[in-house]
Amino acid sequence: MNPRKWDKVATIVLYLISGFIIVVLAFLLLYILISGLPHVTWKFITGRSSSFAAGGGIGIQLFNSLYLLILSMLISIPLSLGAGIYLSEYAPKNWLTNLIRNMIEILSSLPSVVVGLFGFLVFSINMKLGFSILSGALALTVFNLPLLTRKVEDSLQAVHYTQREAGYALGLSRWETVTHVVVPAALPGILTGMILGAGRVFGEAAALIYTAGQSSPPLDFTNWNPTYIASPLNPLRSAETLAVHIWKINSEGIIPDASAVSAGSSAILILFVLLFNFAARYFGNKLYRHLTGARERG
Amino acid sequence: MAEVKNVITVQDLHLYYGQLEALRGVSIDFRENEITAVIGPSGCGKSSLLKTINRLNDLIPNVTVTGTVKLNGQDIYAPSMDAVGLRKEVGMLFQQPNPFPFSIYDNVVYGLRISGEKNKQALDEAVERSLQAAAIWDEVKDRLHENAMGLSGGQQQRICIARALATRPKVLLMDEPTSALDPISSSEIERTMLELKKDYSIVIVTRNMQQASRLSDRTAFFLQGELIEYSNTRDIFLQPQQKETEDYISGRFG
Repeated sequence: MNPRKWDKVATIVLYLISGFIIVVLAFLLLYILISGLPHVTWKFITGRSSSFAAGGGIGIQLFNSLYLLILSMLISIPLSLGAGIYLSEYAPKNWLTNLIRNMIEILSSLPSVVVGLFGFLVFSINMKLGFSILSGALALTVFNLPLLTRKVEDSLQAVHYTQREAGYALGLSRWETVTHVVVPAALPGILTGMILGAGRVFGEAAALIYTAGQSSPPLDFTNWNPTYIASPLNPLRSAETLAVHIWKINSEGIIPDASAVSAGSSAILILFVLLFNFAARYFGNKLYRHLTGARERG
Repeated sequence: MAEVKNVITVQDLHLYYGQLEALRGVSIDFRENEITAVIGPSGCGKSSLLKTINRLNDLIPNVTVTGTVKLNGQDIYAPSMDAVGLRKEVGMLFQQPNPFPFSIYDNVVYGLRISGEKNKQALDEAVERSLQAAAIWDEVKDRLHENAMGLSGGQQQRICIARALATRPKVLLMDEPTSALDPISSSEIERTMLELKKDYSIVIVTRNMQQASRLSDRTAFFLQGELIEYSNTRDIFLQPQQKETEDYISGRFG
């Protein structure tokens, strides 16, 4: 075997591996969509779920998932940006910051059930937030923060040192260099991390069972005052999300059409994750162009 | 010849990276509206000297600087001196062209915008003036809003010159500004520099001996952190006083 043959063999092997992965992913996606979409009707998407009879919907669960996603991203995006910027741009290279990095890495591999129980003890019980959207959002922040911080730091580190030098040499302070040069240049990477994080949050069940709870109070969709107890926006009410709903009807559901509701919910969940991806890319590109003034990249 | 005025005065400058002494007691003056070339082999401290003039060395941990560096009589290492403000008076150009991944227009007005200039007309004028001075206005005037990263290396470097000129600095520091460029782009940059010296004082670090002899009014030769010889470029290249200078410029080492 000569190098050229090896090169060919390696190319074929790499193609086979990536082909295999694509087939598996496409199969999963299509399977979920094909088995789920026939059950999806407007009534199913917007209707209330039922406890015993067939024909329940997932309207409230879907709303809960979206609300929880927004709330947890509102908490975790600023925190992860701050932590990532500190670690990448300000932190001195010493044993302490290395320790912080290692701890973040360990945290990111924490099983979500453990995060859920931790959230239950700390947020629900100790901080007396009970089963609530806020407890859930905080637990998801614990779950998501390590990955987001890591991604922000990596994206900032990928911006070449000459760009920072250029900023400093122009008379920009460190903060100005970070906010006006480094962060905009790192934005595509940061955004990818945020999208992945959002997808994880949207599909997370285990961390929410003990924090956001497995049921929602009767909601009054005419009252949007967040302090009103039956308001959909009240962050202190319990909330069953779509992913938790799927888990629940599969493990302890007694509705006769459990498998159909579960398949339909899964299809909706997948569709929404896809939707975020495209939306986030679109707005990310717009934001990038706004921040950089570049009009060539599309 | 008009009276010569020193724009930068360096006295007994020592610079340490941790324990390593990179500059060993350097005293040198740079004159106004002249191009001064700093030459010497790798590791002789020429880039370190350049980066003490705009205090870019401050950003590297464990750097110690002793001695004085004065810009128009003002000690730039005095505690009252604001390093960020200083860098607006001393523009710098690097070996690799490093435009921001923004539009040409935004690159040029960057320093101005950060320092608070919002007037659209003032910004437009600064863009045209700076790009004219950097001799790239005609090439890019119709595509000011395209990404600067899409330009060629030589064009990018001239965008960087324009970006440095926009804040109206007094001094331009250039750290091997053409070493990453092809010969044609290099000669365009050199022509631009000869125009620029009417309004600016330029210090250029270069490893290209022909470039130093073509461009500069005065040349300083450094070796192992010490200033070996400093005089008119013609004298340095035709009648060097020191043996090390002669060996270096004749290519016997370096």
